[in-house]
Amino acid sequence: MDNKQVRLLDDNGLRVDGRRIDELRPLKIEVGTLDKADGSAYVEHGRNKILAAVYGPREAHPKHIALADRAVIRCRYHMAPFSTDERKSPAPSRRELELSKVIREALEPAVMSEYFPRSTIDIFIEVLQADAGTRCAGITAAALALADAGIPMRELVAGCAAGKVDGKVVLDLSDVEDKQGDADLPVALMPKSNVVSLLQMDGSLTEEEFKQALDMSIDACRRIHEMQREALRHRYHVVKDEVDKEEEATEVSA
Amino acid sequence: MSATRQFSPVAKLEQKTVVDLIGKGKRVDERGPEDYRPTTITLGVVEKANGSAQVYLGKTKVLAGVKIQPGTPFPDTPNEGILTVNAEFVPLASPTFEAGPPDENSIELARVVDRGIRESKAIDLKKLCIEPGKKVFMIFVDVYVLDHDGNLIDAAAMAALGALVNAKMHAFKVEKGEPVYLEEVIPIPMQNYPVSITSVKVDGAIVLDPCLEEEQVMSCRLTVTTGKDDNICAMQKGGLGFLTPDEIKQIVSTSINKARDLRAKMLSNVK
Repeated sequence: MDNKQVRLLDDNGLRVDGRRIDELRPLKIEVGTLDKADGSAYVEHGRNKILAAVYGPREAHPKHIALADRAVIRCRYHMAPFSTDERKSPAPSRRELELSKVIREALEPAVMSEYFPRSTIDIFIEVLQADAGTRCAGITAAALALADAGIPMRELVAGCAAGKVDGKVVLDLSDVEDKQGDADLPVALMPKSNVVSLLQMDGSLTEEEFKQALDMSIDACRRIHEMQREALRHRYHVVKDEVDKEEEATEVSA
Repeated sequence: MSATRQFSPVAKLEQKTVVDLIGKGKRVDERGPEDYRPTTITLGVVEKANGSAQVYLGKTKVLAGVKIQPGTPFPDTPNEGILTVNAEFVPLASPTFEAGPPDENSIELARVVDRGIRESKAIDLKKLCIEPGKKVFMIFVDVYVLDHDGNLIDAAAMAALGALVNAKMHAFKVEKGEPVYLEEVIPIPMQNYPVSITSVKVDGAIVLDPCLEEEQVMSCRLTVTTGKDDNICAMQKGGLGFLTPDEIKQIVSTSINKARDLRAKMLSNVK
């Protein structure tokens, strides 16, 4: 089978899905979507559909994993069997194990785990539908779930990838672009201190292209961070309205 | 599940010494910030393997073996051979390694090494096809960590590359979809030589090729793998810290230069 090379950029420099090279896919972010979790968030990033939940801080179990000076943060990134074109076995793959590690390492610097010694904070990320860029969207969702759980954080973490298709550096690869493109560079940013907490790359980039792709993805993380803040604000306006309504009701009955 | 690691108990004084030295632009083993430890590579140390290489990176010791055997191709690449990289952190290499299924650290290492070889297109996998869709050669690279004194990723990548360069297979022709082996012995079709360079950030300073003491006090590390054209083919950040965009760009440019030297040195030893 020859890899039928679809043209990924047309004559006007537009991409397969009609985006410009520095355009993000549409995002939809909801905070507090689950009832039982201490914190949760749902993110649609293009056709990615990702649910994140946080439990904790709670007692460390088994006890011997507890740390004396801070909380143990645990993270599980998992893809649903129906999330991909071919069914994915539900058993965690090597890829998922690696991503669980890098996602945890991307989120940990933002969490003030020193406030909760001897406890654990569990982060669960379930990819319900995958369309390239799941680790970044997972980080975007998990950071919000942590905030929703009321866990003190230095700041939020936002994720977005850049890459290279048809010889050009572009932002936020879609599934086709990821599979047929030349490079993928997932990045997670802590926007306030302007530091990168996740950085991976595969493909082929020159030093110049890399710098360009890094700047592009950092800029996109900032845009996503604004949407994260908006989603959090919205969530607590809803809560506030509910409380106000209840108070009104009690006043009337009194 | 991936969990925060308990740091191995290092005396606070020792940690402080390592950090203070790096702050002054010096290091515990008297290297400069951008100095690589002495590296030796020995090929063909295991005769039963198709290829093998043992690498010393300072006191870190890694052995890689290559085995080649026929198998079924993946459906999406029916006319390409298969590359598999696996890593074992054998318990004799460090007091912190335990026997059992691979943990996230060895999986991460294997996948970073794999990415370097795969993305740089180091092996011409199309030449390893026997019958499209039915039978191809599978190349197994198994990395054995024998002594852990830091910077396992670079040592493993170097050993894996050495073992691939060293590997020999019988030339073959195809009859009725089965490989018929000939007398002649040929190397694996190599077309690129990826080299990994790892840097760590300690107390705001960047040093190359961390030894174990430095890894124990690092805030994070960044591995940059480049091919012979100086193109970056794989990267991986690890650890609980973070890097500024400028630090990343600086590390990338140092790594490209360092990889060029190391590749030249290694290939001149190997060929």
